[in-house]
Amino acid sequence: MNLQKIDRRWIFLFMLVGVMLPLIFPIGFKIEVMPNTKAVYDLIDSAKPGDRILMSFDFDPGSGPELSPVATAITRHAIEKDLKIVYLALWPMGVNLGNLIYEKEKDNLIWGENFINLGYIAGGLVAIQSMGRNFTEVFPTDANGNSIHNFPILKDVKNFSDFAFVVSISAGTPGIKEWIMSAGDKYGLPVTGGTTAVSTPGFLPYVNTGQLHGIIGGLKQAAEYEMLIGQPGTATSGMDAQSIAHIIIIIFIIIGNIAWYRNRKQQKEAKK
Amino acid sequence: MNYKLPLVITFCAGLLMILAEFIPHRPFGSISANIEIWFLIITGFAIILGQISLLKMNIIKVVYKLPNWKYHLATIISFSVMFLVGILYGMQKQPGLLGHGEWLSSALGDKPFDYIFANIYQHLMAAMFSILAFYIASAAYRAFIARTLDSTLLLSVSIIVMLGNTSFGTSLTAGLPQAIKFLHLPNLSSFIMDFPNTAGQRAILIGAGIGIIGSSLRIILGIERSWLGGK
Repeated sequence: MNLQKIDRRWIFLFMLVGVMLPLIFPIGFKIEVMPNTKAVYDLIDSAKPGDRILMSFDFDPGSGPELSPVATAITRHAIEKDLKIVYLALWPMGVNLGNLIYEKEKDNLIWGENFINLGYIAGGLVAIQSMGRNFTEVFPTDANGNSIHNFPILKDVKNFSDFAFVVSISAGTPGIKEWIMSAGDKYGLPVTGGTTAVSTPGFLPYVNTGQLHGIIGGLKQAAEYEMLIGQPGTATSGMDAQSIAHIIIIIFIIIGNIAWYRNRKQQKEAKK
Repeated sequence: MNYKLPLVITFCAGLLMILAEFIPHRPFGSISANIEIWFLIITGFAIILGQISLLKMNIIKVVYKLPNWKYHLATIISFSVMFLVGILYGMQKQPGLLGHGEWLSSALGDKPFDYIFANIYQHLMAAMFSILAFYIASAAYRAFIARTLDSTLLLSVSIIVMLGNTSFGTSLTAGLPQAIKFLHLPNLSSFIMDFPNTAGQRAILIGAGIGIIGSSLRIILGIERSWLGGK
């Protein structure tokens, strides 16, 4: 059997079984909290009850399985801390993703009092800059088209100085980077957030400089956050499957390397 | 004149925005605030333009039966369904042209737009993204070969980071004594990400930043004109 030419359908099958089984029969690998996740937790935990926070949904359903658990965990933490949560979206599909979380948590949320979804705003960086200048000019209504002046949660809100910090859950542009460049650097609003595991390395320089208050990078760190708030959710249950998927990838890499070395050895012997 | 007028407007607008960044007082502050609002309005129209363009391109491909025209037909149908249910019955608490469509909402358990989003679109998009895992597994098996010293280093580092990002990796080295705790996989992974990776990322960011300043200046000064179209 030539190990270098394994039919890729076998790899797909192993992957399918490897992901499926831990979801049905959880293993319960240990989860350890990393400093970047703790930094996000600490920022939210340091807010005083009644503080207003912004949560920007800058992703679409493609990244939903990885990022919705982040948004859910942060929302639950904010509810626990009695914060006023203002959702908005720099991506059109973010509005609905935010609403799905609201639907799940609505027992603890009162629209207009401790929660509101302002909907989608086009323009990315420029929209954020305008919010910093005059928030109500950019969002005259909520996602349902009602004037924001009807809601106590946004009473007397003028600009970013009326918010404690912003959490951007981002899968690309516009996203965390734009919030850092405008809300953070220009208006001094603390920025934190979550992103897909694959994008996380690109944000670490900002964490390093203090421009970003920690980051939740992908499902593993979402699971860490769930552990911190003591409410295991979909990220925790997905961690076993993700671990097994990674192990399968590593096993196939090892098989590929062994096969390559064996072939090279055989070729050298044949030449002799 | 066709070229000169846009170049002059670009030069003035660019200069104004740079000045407003350094002098946020009157008149620069208020002018740049107005320009920002114009930008937001224009962006709204750009979305409509994008939708018209998407429809036009797909309709042409279906009408002339160009290769893969069936996929384009699927796009048109999907677009039309979402557009129609959104316009007719609205979404969430917003009514559409025909109100809230109570009879449909009671049958589906949700408004048609929200029902399709939550039960079809969301899962299709997530499935598309998840398929990547299968291709990554297959590609890693074929491409990640330790042929040279460089590729061996890359391979070793990627395996450490991969394991460090899983709960399996955490469990694997959780029992290490305190003296060699730095060898704990999540700690090793963090070190790689926080130092060598951040140094590289920072270099890329600074390079890209300088590149953006350079190309912006070229546009403002009229040296770069490809955005005007034509030759």
